[in-house]
Amino acid sequence: MVPLSHILAVSAILFVIGAAGFIIRKNIITVFMCIELMLNAVNLAFIGFSRYLGKLDGQLFVFFVIVVAAAEAAVGLAIIMALFRDRNTLNIDDLDSMKL
Amino acid sequence: MVVLFYIFAALAVLAAISVVAQRRPVHSALSLILVLCALAVVYLLLGAEFIAVIQVIVYAGAIMVLFVFVIMLLNAHEETPSERSRMARWLGPPLLVALLVEIVLAIRKQFPAAGTPAAPAVAAGPAAIGHLLFSDYVLPFEVTSILILVAILGAVVLAKKEF
Repeated sequence: MVPLSHILAVSAILFVIGAAGFIIRKNIITVFMCIELMLNAVNLAFIGFSRYLGKLDGQLFVFFVIVVAAAEAAVGLAIIMALFRDRNTLNIDDLDSMKL
Repeated sequence: MVVLFYIFAALAVLAAISVVAQRRPVHSALSLILVLCALAVVYLLLGAEFIAVIQVIVYAGAIMVLFVFVIMLLNAHEETPSERSRMARWLGPPLLVALLVEIVLAIRKQFPAAGTPAAPAVAAGPAAIGHLLFSDYVLPFEVTSILILVAILGAVVLAKKEF
């Protein structure tokens, strides 16, 4: 059986990679994908705790996180499309205000 | 089984690095799909069959299709390096390394590698999840349905031509 600390370490590594992408990348869609990466890192920690505590509640939380991620992706991508129609760019340095 | 965990965890980490390192958004999206599928296998190995299937169908299927669709619709090409916000580039990585070291130290202190025995595996099929979802978690479940409805309306309103 894999030790819990190793699962959490993989989760931490994935989260930090996602955070790094969030800071470094300049394309707003890539930044959005890095947020999804961070959400998945947290999901992995939930599943690991669920396995080690012998309870299903962690898996339910992952289920809700996936639902919220779907809603977030739908609204976020719609905002990106509206912004792109207005500014004609995807570079976050040019998209520093949401006011149209 | 233990070996498989490490193989797919390493695959997920490598693909995650690829998500951040690729300059084209489409390549990032494809790498992210690889991350999601590798994590689905990890979930399967940790006894979360239902979540593994949901991960592939909803995440790697529906959500990532939405991403790829938008990337192609907006014709997102290679990103151009800009000279603004240099501070994030120089200050970010050291702070992130500090964050990683801090988290790993906390994990080592709180959960020693040999010190956490696993609880006996519980049945994690759709039936068990469904029972829990409609008994203890019925209120959050209903709230998420309202959230989805609001998200659909918001997406439709935002994607319209005129506000």
